[in-house]
Amino acid sequence: MERIYVLKTYKLFIGGAFPRSESGRVYAVKDFKGKHLANTCQASRKDLRDAVVSARSAFPGWSGATAYNRGQILYRMAEILEGRTDQFIAEISALEGANPKAAALQVEESIDLLIWYAGWSDKISALDGSTNSVSGPFYNFTIPEPIGVVAVFAAAKPSLLNLVGAMASVITSGNTAVMVASEKFPLPAISFAECMATSDLPAGVVNILTGVSSELAPWAASHMDIDAIDAAGLSPKVLKEAQIAGVGNLKRIKTPPNIKSPKRILDFMESKTVWHPIGI
Amino acid sequence: MNPFEYAPALESTSIVTIKDRYGLFINGKFVAPKSGKYFPTINPSTEKKLSEIALASTEDVDLAVKAARVAYVKVWSKMPAAERGKYLFRIARILQERSREFAVLETLDNGKPIRESRDTDIPLAAAHFFYHAGWADKLQYSGNGSGPKPYGVVGQIIPWNFPMLMLAWKIAPALATGNTVVLKPAETTSLTALLFAEICQQAGLPNGVINIITGEGATGAALVNHPGIDKVAFTGSTEVGKLIATSIAGSKKAATLELGGKAANIIYDDAAIDEAVEGIVNGIFFNQGHVCCAGSRLLVQESIQDEVLTKLKERMALIRLGNPLDKNTDIGAINSAAQLAKIKELSAAGDAEGAERWSPACNIPADGYWFPPTIFTGVSQTHRIAREEIFGPVLSILTFRTPQEAVEKANNTPYGLSAGIWTEKGSKILWTASKLRAGVIWANTFNKFDPASPFGGYKESGWGREGGKHGLSAYLKASN
Repeated sequence: MERIYVLKTYKLFIGGAFPRSESGRVYAVKDFKGKHLANTCQASRKDLRDAVVSARSAFPGWSGATAYNRGQILYRMAEILEGRTDQFIAEISALEGANPKAAALQVEESIDLLIWYAGWSDKISALDGSTNSVSGPFYNFTIPEPIGVVAVFAAAKPSLLNLVGAMASVITSGNTAVMVASEKFPLPAISFAECMATSDLPAGVVNILTGVSSELAPWAASHMDIDAIDAAGLSPKVLKEAQIAGVGNLKRIKTPPNIKSPKRILDFMESKTVWHPIGI
Repeated sequence: MNPFEYAPALESTSIVTIKDRYGLFINGKFVAPKSGKYFPTINPSTEKKLSEIALASTEDVDLAVKAARVAYVKVWSKMPAAERGKYLFRIARILQERSREFAVLETLDNGKPIRESRDTDIPLAAAHFFYHAGWADKLQYSGNGSGPKPYGVVGQIIPWNFPMLMLAWKIAPALATGNTVVLKPAETTSLTALLFAEICQQAGLPNGVINIITGEGATGAALVNHPGIDKVAFTGSTEVGKLIATSIAGSKKAATLELGGKAANIIYDDAAIDEAVEGIVNGIFFNQGHVCCAGSRLLVQESIQDEVLTKLKERMALIRLGNPLDKNTDIGAINSAAQLAKIKELSAAGDAEGAERWSPACNIPADGYWFPPTIFTGVSQTHRIAREEIFGPVLSILTFRTPQEAVEKANNTPYGLSAGIWTEKGSKILWTASKLRAGVIWANTFNKFDPASPFGGYKESGWGREGGKHGLSAYLKASN
């Protein structure tokens, strides 16, 4: 007799733990042929708020860690992902309808993208920072700093690549993230949370919610403790609503065009300029 | 007799010719507004009318935007970048040549001391054009990819506190990056912008590259909402900045916003106290405190508060308030009756909420709008004067015990524009600077500005930077 295999329960990832939605809601995720795959949590606005609390709590530690340390942790995620390639190929194939070769390629690209962003952690300020020649006896420099808590609405396809790229570009600089996975393709996001949970990533640096983006976006946009939003996964209509709701704290709402670009890192950083007199 | 009494040293106004009436500067010419309406502009130190200015209607805004579009498509976007830069160099040079005229006019229209308009506003404005002129043909090195592109037509709205300097902050980078401009100066301070239009003519700048439309809030709203605008750049209050952000939601318009602040100026117990006191005075009383990055919250370490306060009061007693045209004047006129009313209202709230007010003896002129240099002690973080931007010569003084507390209090504001740190210990400067959530940090100095130095805020102090390499990105679409 064929063995009955153990199905996975897909839950949220908040503060380093895997809770269910406090709302008790789930929604059915289907494969590309319409066959049931899993009941995934439909995160509520309370789950979102909890995720923001844990992301904000993690911010001082993560932004205060050395860039070298952050880079190594992102690299560690790539190591873990590499070892679990088959699982992600299976999920991507089932959800996106990608053939195994294309799915494998997406996983490989995701691993390589993680490493690419890992390497940026201690170089982005060399790229974007400057010493400024002011007209006077002052030393003056500008450095990019992490903006704080970033909410990410990941774009749908390719689901793992978009999620991993958005996550890595946001946190490599020291931000913490509340990520809302693609509504249609949420499973790789939660499986990837398992990679993060075993990568020495401090709890709360990345939080992952699954659910309905259009339901969560206005709450994220009006949340006063979220500093910026990566709106790549939002429709134009929801984006406009988010832009209006985001005015409350003048949230930076960005839709970076490229998943692989240092501009993407800088979209979620602020420039700080420091002056000091020169003299004896 | 006061040993520090000075004989008046008035700057002559003969260098400036103010016309009776000004039209709009559209497509290289001064034209009468389609609205047919004009409004007066006054000298805030005398309340006397200086001139009257066109009130641009929606129709006028439309003409200006169209002129800017034609200039962009037909001339400016086709011009080699190096040639574009030469126009900016020309503007910088002519502005230097005519700097005294601009300084006097600025002081007449704005009320700021001639010492500041002459030594800060106008020289810095010229420096901004010179700095950005050099960028025009080097944009591929600005960190925006190998072929960055301008947005097109930029709508710019500037405030009344540094009229000519803010014009330069806006126009210089916009032009250097290849955009064309429709600029609206503040209602109460349009004259130097209109004089600047003459400079554009003298420089031979192609028609329509810069258009200057004067008017009120509705004029600004018409500009922001005009479908022909590709990008909005605004300096002003956070309140209006939020209205602008709301009105462009869902559009393709880009925006930079340079908004309010409530900067902490932190004095540690190991600071050079005399220098710090100068920094406090410069931080809050420069330009009558009409400065978005003013050091309006003094955070002084508890162990030195008595010494700092004593010295600060001694220093404040030497501040001279009066005729802005007098070269000895430190504090000029408040820019408008409306602003004076706001300063008075918030100061009254300081009294009502239990803070203690102090001002030095000060002769307030009979005419014009004036407010004496003022400090409040016993201020708590919940007081309105500790939370709201007063935009006047009013300092709220709070204390702290540990560096952690200083940082916590400094960051306890929705704003994040600037901050000051005073200590002789280098590692403490860098620690504090790294913890402060603000875009500009002045350590052992305050209120320094330079075209090469990016300026702009975190949090509700705005979006983007102005000046330096970083300011260019605000006017460029990056390429790969």
